[in-house]
Amino acid sequence: MDQQYDVIILGTGLTECILSGLLSVEGKKVLQIDRNEYYGSSTASLHLNQLYSKFKGDAAPEALGKDRDYNVDLIPKFAMASGEFVNILYHTDVTRYLEFKQIAGSYVYTNGQISKVPTSTTEAALSPLLSLLEKPRAKAFFEFIQNYDFTNPSTHDGLDLNTATMREVYAKFGLESGTQDFIGHALALELNDEYIDKPARATYEKICLYVNSLAMYGKSPYIYPVYGLGELPQGFARLSAIHGGTYMLNKPVDEVLYENGKFVGIKSEGETVKANLVIGDASYFQDKVKKVGQVVRVICILNHPIPDTGDADSVQIVIPQNQIGRAHDIYIASVSSSHNVTPSGHHIAIVSTLVTNPTTDAESEVAAGLALLGPIVEKFVHVDDLYEPLSSGADDQVFISKSYDATSHFETTCADVKDLYKRITGVELKVEGKVAKLKDEE
Amino acid sequence: MSTNQQPPTTSSPQPKPVQVKLVLLGEAAVGKSSLVLRFVNNEFHENKEPTIGAAFLTQKCRLEDKIIKFEIWDTAGQERFASLAPMYYRNAQAAVVAYDITKQVSCPFLHALSKTPQKHPFKPKHYIALVGNKLDLESERTVPTEEAQAYATEQGLLFTEASAKTGEYVMEVFTEIAKKIPLEQLLASRSRWCRAGSGRVDLNQTAGSGAAAGGCCQ
Ligand SMILES: Nc1nc2c(ncn2[C@@H]2O[C@H](COP(=O)(O)OP(=O)(O)OP(=O)(O)O)[C@@H](O)[C@H]2O)c(=O)[nH]1
Ligand SMILES: [Mg+2]
Repeated sequence: MDQQYDVIILGTGLTECILSGLLSVEGKKVLQIDRNEYYGSSTASLHLNQLYSKFKGDAAPEALGKDRDYNVDLIPKFAMASGEFVNILYHTDVTRYLEFKQIAGSYVYTNGQISKVPTSTTEAALSPLLSLLEKPRAKAFFEFIQNYDFTNPSTHDGLDLNTATMREVYAKFGLESGTQDFIGHALALELNDEYIDKPARATYEKICLYVNSLAMYGKSPYIYPVYGLGELPQGFARLSAIHGGTYMLNKPVDEVLYENGKFVGIKSEGETVKANLVIGDASYFQDKVKKVGQVVRVICILNHPIPDTGDADSVQIVIPQNQIGRAHDIYIASVSSSHNVTPSGHHIAIVSTLVTNPTTDAESEVAAGLALLGPIVEKFVHVDDLYEPLSSGADDQVFISKSYDATSHFETTCADVKDLYKRITGVELKVEGKVAKLKDEE
Repeated sequence: MSTNQQPPTTSSPQPKPVQVKLVLLGEAAVGKSSLVLRFVNNEFHENKEPTIGAAFLTQKCRLEDKIIKFEIWDTAGQERFASLAPMYYRNAQAAVVAYDITKQVSCPFLHALSKTPQKHPFKPKHYIALVGNKLDLESERTVPTEEAQAYATEQGLLFTEASAKTGEYVMEVFTEIAKKIPLEQLLASRSRWCRAGSGRVDLNQTAGSGAAAGGCCQ
């Protein structure tokens, strides 16, 4: 264990590993430590026995199949095919270590049933999601979005999306509340209805992200790494290691050391390691974070595809809050053996939502989602606290990542990575084109 | 100096090379990089600097009528503290675990292997060779051949002693692995995998360019 590093990173979650990779590539001497014996922290994918021992404290039943055929994500997320996360993968060339597959379909729950989010104009014409009367209005709305150009007022139709709210935009096109749910929740993936009275630009950009991502591969806007999300932090850890990053797993952090309120090093198993700054997830800095919410996530093992999805091997289902009278949407993310995360014949579905009422039984918050799954072989319920750092790290040189939120993709994670990068290095992270490839790699 | 390096493969017709991914594991300074350097370039450096991070090398070798392309991962940043990410060996078909015959074996990987063999990351379909390196330093030997051989037999590992310095038995390490690996099966499973690969996306081809992509068989 070398004694002096430029950066110590605590935890091997996705945010920490991306930063580790970026900083190592820039020539920083990085030591990354995790108290767990596996990579990924809260973005890990667990084998079946790891999953059972974490949540049930015992071994998995044999009937479920082989332990290592399972790679079960703790946090359900997919990557938007044309989102910033894919740009970061491409920029760092971590795409070399990973295989991605499409998510087969995206669904939305309306009027008591689930319907496919149309992926083409033909599908849209046939879709039961919009009434016959509503279709021309929706078409006009999408044409408006598609043609909108911030620099060309003639495309604005009198609505400046920097100032106009989505409520005004919806009103202009006379869209029904069901259509609003569809646009705001199934396409823009807003978690609740707070967006409606905010400037429309943010939602406009989210709709564009969805539509552009969908255009990439066609079935859904989402892609997913073969062997599970746990591959993502490992891919960046690998990048970091290639550039000299040192890794220690299964290593407790006994004490974080400060001098005059400034980080100087850590103590682990009797050894002291020093560095100029530390990066880590909230679990390593409980005294420097605040709780901002809770997400309940119920991991379900199924022995069939989710009903009414055309036997899809993978899906996302959005249940908009208004459809079930809640204050937040419920998401279902399902993957299976075609992504090498279960043995064949089994599916994983993770049902999640922001906790509205912390005093009630957490599982009841997602009841509407669980009801769509059909028979459930096994359920693992976890309620995760969401934390944010109390300070920027400028004073104490402690840079803490945000917890992984309830969104269904990695765009907010990327925003956090970029924000941390800026706070740490003082410069903006530019994600443009590839960083220099190592010449000894093909 | 040994000359067991394969001549450049120029004779035609060329069979399609079979790719074999191999990872190198073992404690610092046992000679992992030197073994690869001997295998790939037929060179040896007396004062090879420790590997910073990891290095990736490829080497083709001919085995009877087949050509095998070894993709070799020589790592340090993760493996030094027995923290190698499963990703490294997930698609690896083979591993070389090296130790120094002049140093008492203390490789954590070996310990992990011996304590919980059912937990070690390689499934039986992977091929692991235990290699005692620095055979040229026979006079300083502290690890008896019999002991290592017995251990390897018990664990079901291939076993060789070799010297990256003289080149003695280095080629054999890799050809022994190549001989054991069922190459036909590897080729077959590869194409099966490609056929089953509907919905696979190739970000290397398409990211940034915005073009849609199809299959995975390059
Ligand atoms: N005498 C002798 N020396 C060797 C042999 N192989 C390697 N060495 C020497 O041992 C030292 C370490 O060799 P490396 O190949 O760098 O070892 P390594 O296992 O890659 O080390 P790390 O990258 O630090 O993990 C170097 O000084 C080599 O010259 C050998 O077969 N015989
Ligand atoms: Mg080396």
